[in-house]
Amino acid sequence: MNQRRLDRLTDVAIDVFMWTFRAVIILVVVVGSALTLLQGKYTPDDWFQLVGKGLSLGSIYAMIALGYTMVYGILRMINFAHGEIFMGGAFGGYFAAVALAQAGALSNVVSSLIAIAIMILVAMAVSVGLAMGVERVAYRPLRNAPTLVPLISAIGASLFLQYTARGLFGSGIYAYPSVPFLDETAPIPLLNMRWVDVLVVATAFTMMGGLYLFVMRSRVGTAIRAVSEDKGTAALMGIDANRAIVLTFVIGAALAGAAGVLYGLTFRQVFFAMGVVPGIKAFTAAVLGGIGNVPGALLGGLFLGLIEAIGPTLFLTGFGVPSVTQLAPVVAFTMLVLVLVFRPSGILGERVTRSRV
Amino acid sequence: MSTAVQASDLRSTSPTTGWPVRSLLRKGLLGGAIAIYLCLVGIVPVFAERALIVGVLSIGQASLLLTYGVMGYLAGRDLSRGPRFAPVLAGAIVGAITGAFLTGLILLGSVVDLRAVFLNASPALYDLLTNGMGTSWAWLPIVVGAVTGAIGGVLVILPANVRGPLLIALASLIFFSLFGGLLRTPMLVTPLAGLARFLFGSDGLTVPGAIIVFFGTLAIAALDRTVKPRQKVDAMPPARRRALVTPLIILLLVIVLLFPLAMGSFFAQVIATIALFILLGLGLNITLGLAGLLDLGFVAFYAVGAYTVALLTSNSSLGLANFGFWEAVPFAILAAMLFALFLGLPILRIRGDYLAIATLGFGEIIRILAGSDMLKGVLGGAQGIVNIPKPIPVAPNSWLAGPVQIYYIALACAAIVAFVSWRLRGSRLGRSWMAIREDEDVAEGMGINLVQTKLLAYMLGGGFAGLAGAISVGLVGSVFPTSIQLQLSINVVAIVIVGGMGSIPGVILGAVVLVGLPEMFREFSDYRLLFYGIALMAVMIYRPEGLLPSRVARRELHTADELLDMDESELLAPEERTGSDGEEGSTA
Repeated sequence: MNQRRLDRLTDVAIDVFMWTFRAVIILVVVVGSALTLLQGKYTPDDWFQLVGKGLSLGSIYAMIALGYTMVYGILRMINFAHGEIFMGGAFGGYFAAVALAQAGALSNVVSSLIAIAIMILVAMAVSVGLAMGVERVAYRPLRNAPTLVPLISAIGASLFLQYTARGLFGSGIYAYPSVPFLDETAPIPLLNMRWVDVLVVATAFTMMGGLYLFVMRSRVGTAIRAVSEDKGTAALMGIDANRAIVLTFVIGAALAGAAGVLYGLTFRQVFFAMGVVPGIKAFTAAVLGGIGNVPGALLGGLFLGLIEAIGPTLFLTGFGVPSVTQLAPVVAFTMLVLVLVFRPSGILGERVTRSRV
Repeated sequence: MSTAVQASDLRSTSPTTGWPVRSLLRKGLLGGAIAIYLCLVGIVPVFAERALIVGVLSIGQASLLLTYGVMGYLAGRDLSRGPRFAPVLAGAIVGAITGAFLTGLILLGSVVDLRAVFLNASPALYDLLTNGMGTSWAWLPIVVGAVTGAIGGVLVILPANVRGPLLIALASLIFFSLFGGLLRTPMLVTPLAGLARFLFGSDGLTVPGAIIVFFGTLAIAALDRTVKPRQKVDAMPPARRRALVTPLIILLLVIVLLFPLAMGSFFAQVIATIALFILLGLGLNITLGLAGLLDLGFVAFYAVGAYTVALLTSNSSLGLANFGFWEAVPFAILAAMLFALFLGLPILRIRGDYLAIATLGFGEIIRILAGSDMLKGVLGGAQGIVNIPKPIPVAPNSWLAGPVQIYYIALACAAIVAFVSWRLRGSRLGRSWMAIREDEDVAEGMGINLVQTKLLAYMLGGGFAGLAGAISVGLVGSVFPTSIQLQLSINVVAIVIVGGMGSIPGVILGAVVLVGLPEMFREFSDYRLLFYGIALMAVMIYRPEGLLPSRVARRELHTADELLDMDESELLAPEERTGSDGEEGSTA
């Protein structure tokens, strides 16, 4: 009897807490935005610039997030080494870029575009190679182990790749060669974007659109979806589950490699630990969108990018908080928790049942 | 790496007729890849100056020799059923192929400047590989590889009771030459200084030291094989065995207690750090190991504990209360538990990996808030909080000064917490946690209140972490936002999983292996994390249930026949196997 009353009491207390939690965050968002806008410190142009930044950052997150989401969908594991696959691609693209810059390929627009395409291809090749190696060595032997075992192995692979890169290339920061036309402002109304941001958004949307069609329409894509649904039954239908899994890693890695080049062109710097933070953010984006869901990755990535770019300034400046951009990850993760509280399986996610062991 | 090894395992079970050319080529290829990796990643050139045996062998050279030898041994093992000379020849061939890759690297490096991409592909590396003789001596690695590979092959044809002690002696030679410096420093201030100088150089072993270590362990290992003390102990009746084992445990305890006094403050600091991680690991063992809630932001509770103690005790302008350390500790634990409650509530209904990212997010939020300008007035921003008094105020020259007192405090706390979590494990609450871990829905159906039980898991785990944070502040005397790292959360998760989910001895061993070893390898700075990564993968691949799993986990991961197949020593002495796993990790 006593126990039951205690149970009911905690339930009520939790409900009250949860509603207060939601109300406080929403209040902060609304009041903060209103105060910031009333202050009028930022012109509409400033806001549009932030939106442009957010779109470009979000596109990169989305491309990395896709690898997380697809691998999670098929193996129910967090591929912690994915950030390092991205890093590997960025380095591959960097060395290609240096060679191309020496050959004078970055001087005019047409040859620059071809050069960027080559950089992306090189980066994809490096990333795909890394991902296949990691899958073979660190994940495949653990396919039937309890869920946390591959997670630790993935963390090991991530550290291994990071410090291999450090050993090979040193701890210095490498600057991508500058591509002159990318720094110019693109003639797009309102959004005050540089060409590099346009390139990032365009590449990301094209690649992810193509990928979506590939996964939904092609035979191989159907096989991948079938294996995600049920490995055993798919195998009975004559699908080579191993091949589908490797292919999933390959696709995720190819996009991460491309994202590495785009990141390098945008932020102009690559170093051995560069994969960690974008990796975490991209995983967050994948969860936000609903993990295991391809359009969800795109949506989650863009949402996270926009929130990071606009959120701190919009929500917090009004309260007089100093150096708001420091707090971008705080805003992003708070939004993540808020989304998960309202929709425990992400924006587009279906309810994920407990992983099949 | 591992997969090729496994493939060879499969092949060696079937009787081989004729020469397995493809298998040899594959091993040579793998060996070549490893050798080139060792060169380019910097292990060969960077550690060319660090001696294993003074004047004879450096770590850089030894890493290559080990590659040749191990590949030779593996190649030889495939042919162990053939004629006697076959393994030796196979070893030599594989060693030579491995060396040929380095020859290729030297020749390539003389034509193309590889340094544009790989920092370590410098003339110094080529000089090392050719023994300073230039490109015309590029064949040298092939010869060295063939000879060392052949020696690896010889190990195959030796009878097992010779090979075992030889390998143990070799391993202990490597161990003592790696840690020689650490043993030498404390010995220099004692009457043993002469012996220390005789055995150890400023780094590595001296030649006589190496000979003594090698033949000493060889003799001990051989004696162990003939006398077989372990089997004798196992054969004893339980009462006699206890009479023999109890004094040994007491002796071990005394050694542990007197350790820092004999070995100096470096070791005290290392063990204090291990004890801190044991505390953290035992805390997470409740949330993750027992209740199955993956928390990737465990550092948040640690940070709350650390900052609470710092704020309550600090003499600086940020200090709030000027408490003594011990008055502040209960508040730190309480604050961490309250914080865990606060975090636990919104994310309670989130399941599985969504929980992982949400907790990871909380960890990051805490880290950024602690270093932000917004809270600078309260938490000190990037400058942190300094001037925190020591837990036991003593004169600076007293024997309790510095890390030694933290050693005892952390050890005592770890013991208490281990006892508490051991009692919790068997309690009604502990069994509820395990029920939730196994199946939430069934547990709820059995009348377990999910919300309360999970919250308690969070709060207790968080409380332990808060205690660890408090003690760490006592150890360092200050707290900075940079000490709140995602890496710390990941380390703790790794400790729990590598040790064996839900197993208390496992957590302790996990902390010793994953925190203690890297601390001992300080001089290898960044390469430690490389080996750490390799070790994590290796342990998970070869022992997915962890190093010292709880009985249930072991049963789940091994079917009954497999358990029968395992020989007794494997079941009884997991520590020994850990040692050998570690070796594999560091030589790969």
